[in-house]
Amino acid sequence: MARKLPEVDVVLVGFGWTASIIAQELTEAGANVLALERGGWRDTVPDFSVTHIQDELRYAVRKQIFEETQRSTLSFRNRPDQLALPMRDLGSFLPAAGVGGAGVHWNGQNWRFLPTDFLLRTHSEQRYGKKAIPDGMTIQDWGVTYEQLEPYYDKWEYLCGISGKAGNIGGAIQPGGNPFEGPRRREYPLPPLKRCAATELFDKAAREVGFHPFPAPAANTSRPYRNTLGVQMGQCTFCGYCEWFGCANYSKASPQSTILPVLLKKDNFSFRTHANVVRVLTDSAGKRATGVVYVDQDGKEYIQPAQMVVLCAFAQHNVHLLLVSKIGTPYDPASATGVVGRNYAYQLSSDVNVTCKERLNPFMGAGALGQVVDDFNGDNFDHTGKGFIGGGYIALWNTGGRPILQQYLPEGTPKWGGGWKKALHEDYLYSTHMQCHGAVMSYRNNYLDLDPTYTDDYGNPLLRLTFDFYDNEHAMSKFLTDRATDIARAIPNRGINPKPRKGHYSIVPYQTTHNTGGAAMGADPRTSFVNPFLQAWDMPNLWVMGASVFPQNPGYNPTGTVGALAFWAADAMKRYMKNPQPLVQV
Amino acid sequence: MKKIERMDKRNHMDGEIGAAEDCASPSRRSFLVGAAFISSSLLLGGCSHGESTRGPVSPHFFGPDEGNFVRAAVDRLIPKDGLGPGAVEAGVDAFIDAQLAGPFGQAVGIYMQAPFHLGDEEQGYQLPFTPAQVYRLGIQRVDAHCRKQFGGAFAQLKPDQQDAILHELEGGKIDLGEIPSDDFFGLLWQNTKEGFLADPIYGGNRDFAGWKLIGYSGPRYNYLDDVGNFGKPYERPYVSLGGTSPVMCRFGDSPTGRFRGPGCEYARMPAKTHYDALTTTTGKVWPAGTL
Repeated sequence: MARKLPEVDVVLVGFGWTASIIAQELTEAGANVLALERGGWRDTVPDFSVTHIQDELRYAVRKQIFEETQRSTLSFRNRPDQLALPMRDLGSFLPAAGVGGAGVHWNGQNWRFLPTDFLLRTHSEQRYGKKAIPDGMTIQDWGVTYEQLEPYYDKWEYLCGISGKAGNIGGAIQPGGNPFEGPRRREYPLPPLKRCAATELFDKAAREVGFHPFPAPAANTSRPYRNTLGVQMGQCTFCGYCEWFGCANYSKASPQSTILPVLLKKDNFSFRTHANVVRVLTDSAGKRATGVVYVDQDGKEYIQPAQMVVLCAFAQHNVHLLLVSKIGTPYDPASATGVVGRNYAYQLSSDVNVTCKERLNPFMGAGALGQVVDDFNGDNFDHTGKGFIGGGYIALWNTGGRPILQQYLPEGTPKWGGGWKKALHEDYLYSTHMQCHGAVMSYRNNYLDLDPTYTDDYGNPLLRLTFDFYDNEHAMSKFLTDRATDIARAIPNRGINPKPRKGHYSIVPYQTTHNTGGAAMGADPRTSFVNPFLQAWDMPNLWVMGASVFPQNPGYNPTGTVGALAFWAADAMKRYMKNPQPLVQV
Repeated sequence: MKKIERMDKRNHMDGEIGAAEDCASPSRRSFLVGAAFISSSLLLGGCSHGESTRGPVSPHFFGPDEGNFVRAAVDRLIPKDGLGPGAVEAGVDAFIDAQLAGPFGQAVGIYMQAPFHLGDEEQGYQLPFTPAQVYRLGIQRVDAHCRKQFGGAFAQLKPDQQDAILHELEGGKIDLGEIPSDDFFGLLWQNTKEGFLADPIYGGNRDFAGWKLIGYSGPRYNYLDDVGNFGKPYERPYVSLGGTSPVMCRFGDSPTGRFRGPGCEYARMPAKTHYDALTTTTGKVWPAGTL
């Protein structure tokens, strides 16, 4: 029998970035907040210390910092007529388990989306006509605008100590920044990171071919920084172990390095680790969430009643919880009705390897040490006649040069044997790669539902992912890869190796942990699960955070927008707590 | 699609792997359901290859024939040559042995729930075997293939014959029963690279052989003053998480690993590096006291 615990004002499912933000904001407003984390406690010391965190085999290759598939995975197929099979090992994306969530092991590549990204359908139809959007593409506006989110982007960036150079302050284009970005109210809190040899070469080459490179906005601190909560961060030392590692140096923004030192001191906040939420409970009418059921390490069940339930788990886990809790109408691709599981999207990335004439020392890196060209993102360029909408950035990220996984060898390198050894000897220090980081639109047949066969450790059906890339994404990706190849040719090199991503989406090679959608936000309850304030349309005390609310995935990394949306939703929750009603009336 | 063709060839019309034709396992599936949980997952479930079920896991996974195979194979994959030591000199075979005896070999944390279907390549690994089992079965069958074709086990063949076999494995061209030969090769090659280039605490990359080949001086903490020195060599002594003369964990996990099991032993590596003479990334020798 499940043990029933005393009620709290707010229960948070998960304890990563969004839960930390919501907890900080709502405890300030006086609420009694509890976070339930399925993984364990982790902190900079001792878990990310330099004595052992810089271990490529243990963390990046053996994946000991991520969720284990044995406990939680999904099944996958490209098309609805295929048999979905379980993702037995992690590959394409890497969700976390443990306090801090994926905010511990991200690179810190931090972006705002473009103003037109939030109005994608309206803007695309206006500029290119309704025919530009093919049948089956289910893109929609977000129900929130860039201008509404701007103060919250600002709040997020000053929380994290983002290093960068503004490109547009209040409409005035700033030299050295991204000339395509939406207007921001002020400069970044910290100047850009130092450049390394590879980003310097990229910058020069990109200018030569007529593009507009700028330093990537980085959640890696270029200077010591005391953030808006008074938490002190250290200066990044370019150790090269950000992505897939925790930061030893208090330099990469994470819940641990920005919020938790303040939050954990509060009497009205508590959290439990190894508390895996398996159900959201509702009243008999299904109009109100009454709490959650979670299972501890020993398999004991607990009922945690709450006035408000906020889903702060990783994108697809939020959707899984809604489906197994039978909340909302599950999406049905045959009739194109229902909202839970609808509009899952991802990212389409491709690479161009360059072996330079200059020695690069690629191991001196940081997760967001990069130089970027944004000329071909979103609607920053005229798509007329191109055969696709959307776009992406081209970046040279110098994340670390870690020996096992970060070998960017020239085309024609033998795969093994003496020839491979010779290439590694001659080229490792001289080789780098550019990434084309592209948008993925949403489609009628890309969706999440429950698997009929496979179950997880708790007996719940696995989430089932049906997903593939479509012609629009392939055309976009080819266009981006060709532009990146133009830049690569302008770098003095001993060989370039373009690696366009072709064919079906595969769950195997790592691409990005930018899984989006399934509980989309929007202005229309027929096509969105949450309203523009991230409040469930049908259940006003249930809220959904994270990239699960993206109605499609723009060409940037999601975390900056995930953070801004959490602050935006927290303000709405404070209004809701004073007057517990739907914030948008249907 | 490649895998579907293979499936059809083996006449598993429903695309499902049952007990393999050449294996007398009464219930491979039921055995494998719990494979991720139990140390006995290294047993071969009654496979009738003349080798009965093995006993409990020992610190060293490979039997003598298996050790010979892996040593010979990694010697061809990364050979010793004028550029320096190869995989054998770097201890890669010992690294793989330790990895297979540890949580990686046993697929700890990996979703192993039945039913197993091969599916499409895009759907990823779908075999009902742990990495340790893939090695055990794969080596037996490659050796059987070599005996049939050349009259000797893989380790006894000439280097050019061994290379030919490795190329065929890589191309998926040798029948290893339910294990596609390119999957077997892929696992072997991935683990070989790992053993050559991972931190020496795991038993490979001995004497920093892999890192010396490429010019990576190890997990250093601070490049703040160096990152702007475009094009310049970076000269520091090679260093491991275990120091300049690292230790290794015999179960293949790091000394601080969460899977650190009972009986995890640490043995000082036979490294040549000492504080009084440290080779640097540019081949210089640093005098004592400069670290």
